[in-house]
Amino acid sequence: MKHSVTLKLYASLMEHLPAHAQGHAVTLEVEEGTTPVQLLEGMGVPMAQVHLVLVNGYFVPPSQRHRPLTAGDVLAVWPAVAGG
Amino acid sequence: MGWQKKVLRVDLTAGTCTAEPLNMEWADRYLGQRGLATKYFVEEVDPRVDPLSPENKLIFATGPLTGTPASTGARYSVITKGALTGAIACSNSGGYFGAELKFAGWDMIIFEGRAEQPVYLLVIDDEARLLPAGELWGKGTWETEKALHERHQEPQLRISSIGRAGENLVRYACVVNDLHRAAGRSGVGAVMGSKNLKAIAVHGTKGTQVADPERFFQVVGEKKRILAENAVTGQGLPTYGTQVLMNIINELGALPTRNARDVQFESADKVSGEAMHEPRGSEGKPNLVRNQACFGCTIACGRIARIDKQHYTVINKPEYWGASGGLEYENAWSMGPDCGVDDLDAMTYANFICNEHGIDPISFGATLAAAMELYEIGAITDEQTGGLPLRFGSAEALTTMVEAVANGEGFGKDLGLGSKLLCEKYGHPDLSMSVKGQEFPAYDPRGIQGMGLTYATSNRGACHLRSYTVSSEVLGIPEKTDPHTTEGKPALVKAFQDVTAAVDSSGLCLFSTFAWSLEDIQPQIDAACEGDWSLDKLMEMGERIWNLERRFNLAAGIDGSQDRLPKRLVSEPAPTGPAKGMVNRLDEMLPEYYSLRGWTPEGVPTPETLERLEL
Repeated sequence: MKHSVTLKLYASLMEHLPAHAQGHAVTLEVEEGTTPVQLLEGMGVPMAQVHLVLVNGYFVPPSQRHRPLTAGDVLAVWPAVAGG
Repeated sequence: MGWQKKVLRVDLTAGTCTAEPLNMEWADRYLGQRGLATKYFVEEVDPRVDPLSPENKLIFATGPLTGTPASTGARYSVITKGALTGAIACSNSGGYFGAELKFAGWDMIIFEGRAEQPVYLLVIDDEARLLPAGELWGKGTWETEKALHERHQEPQLRISSIGRAGENLVRYACVVNDLHRAAGRSGVGAVMGSKNLKAIAVHGTKGTQVADPERFFQVVGEKKRILAENAVTGQGLPTYGTQVLMNIINELGALPTRNARDVQFESADKVSGEAMHEPRGSEGKPNLVRNQACFGCTIACGRIARIDKQHYTVINKPEYWGASGGLEYENAWSMGPDCGVDDLDAMTYANFICNEHGIDPISFGATLAAAMELYEIGAITDEQTGGLPLRFGSAEALTTMVEAVANGEGFGKDLGLGSKLLCEKYGHPDLSMSVKGQEFPAYDPRGIQGMGLTYATSNRGACHLRSYTVSSEVLGIPEKTDPHTTEGKPALVKAFQDVTAAVDSSGLCLFSTFAWSLEDIQPQIDAACEGDWSLDKLMEMGERIWNLERRFNLAAGIDGSQDRLPKRLVSEPAPTGPAKGMVNRLDEMLPEYYSLRGWTPEGVPTPETLERLEL
């Protein structure tokens, strides 16, 4: 079974978005049970460059990035950035 | 060493410039810049003084690492009683001015009194003179720089000046140096304007010296490597600048939008750091031209931007076609989402005007946002605005009103009051998104709880740079905390406040702390300065500075009753996003914060605390 999730990539990770992405976001059909790490690796995103991971706006620490996404989740990912 | 051990005192009333030895007893307890200048200030100025009166003083202060080879050692601060707040003000700037002042042999300049006619101060090494500035009055900071370079024929002259906003006593006027770096907040530029002081032009040839050169260069080299190898300071900040936060904070549901009625902006991606990289449709070139570093900085987060020549703001104004200081996150937020505006070039134009005429873009944008809400509820009408609809989302309102504020024309006079006085004037004080009279910046404390306590307790009014808990609550630096919980936040805020006060007294940039801890900064200070500068001493000094500022505010009549947030943030739940349904829970944090500070339940330092800190 597949379901859809939204992937958003920002800053230098944008180059890993597919051509049909709308701005920063792309909606993807993924197998149930797919985790953020699996999804990102599948898109060719180097995990060493993955720093800030949000699912539906909530921070996901590295230890929980192997937990499956659910239908309709929005996964947003940034490299190491800061500001102020 | 580290210090030049010399203070320049300028009596604007008498027209005199006098050299004094730096008080080294105080330097040993307050280091430099923010801490040391605040010590001088509170010793010399009655806290009840009118900020715009001759009795207020204005101090330009460097730190012991300013102008040294330490990375980010570019900083200077302007310390005074703020025109916007009536509280202690300390506004920090980079660029090249601070280092040049140090090269001329001075740690700080203390201005007192008021000149009868407009003047500027010229400092060439030991020689300091006040000169007439009548021809410069009415000019912007850019023209002032150009005119002073032409007059003195010294390419290395570094200039700090006010524009028309400072002259017109706009409550949030700032001081601009090197064209687009600014001591931005609290209205330090209005204080300068009230003194008829147009500019300070400085050139120095003396260089800087440190106490232990061998150890200093070794440790500075080691620490530069840390900045270069850190992904944030080595790649993230130079590439995207602070503006990369726009999409992050929006995704978190903590982006104050339309005067904080909302917490997410539907067009955040159009005004983000990434958008500044995207080629524009009309000419195929992006808004961002390049990044830029301040003196000695190996991070280089600054944005240099250009407005599309076909954009309505500049199509007939070729003087604004060149590259200049571009949008950073806070000003992009204030003039973008907070006003509901999503026109990147219009925001860049407004930013140029803020730089040119010395306006704090955070307070300007937030004040305009308050005015837009007043307009939309009918409290302000076309009668006041001269027929211009001040509707959320109107780029025209933004770019028209920034000029009106600079020139003190029409409704710009009201906007120049700041949001607190503006909203009081029009009968809706709760619509001012400010604390102690200063507008809060780009983080909604309903979604980032620690920032509520940060804003409420900041000694200079609402500010993110007094304890940037976003670093921990959002970015995970130095370690991640939950932005939605209040637990642990009082201790986090206190720790950030004390460390920041120490960093702000050193001459280094706070942004270095995205990679450096105080443990990395301490050996650089210790090698540069005489005396024993241990970590414990720096932490205690940071706490001492915080309490020194607090005591000044208490004596000025700003007590614990003003450690409050705008009503909206504590009573209107966030309407969307991850923080939906939340308000800021300041009341859960404030008592514990006071207790950790060693203050009474009313927010007054206890005698034991003052004795412990030798205050």
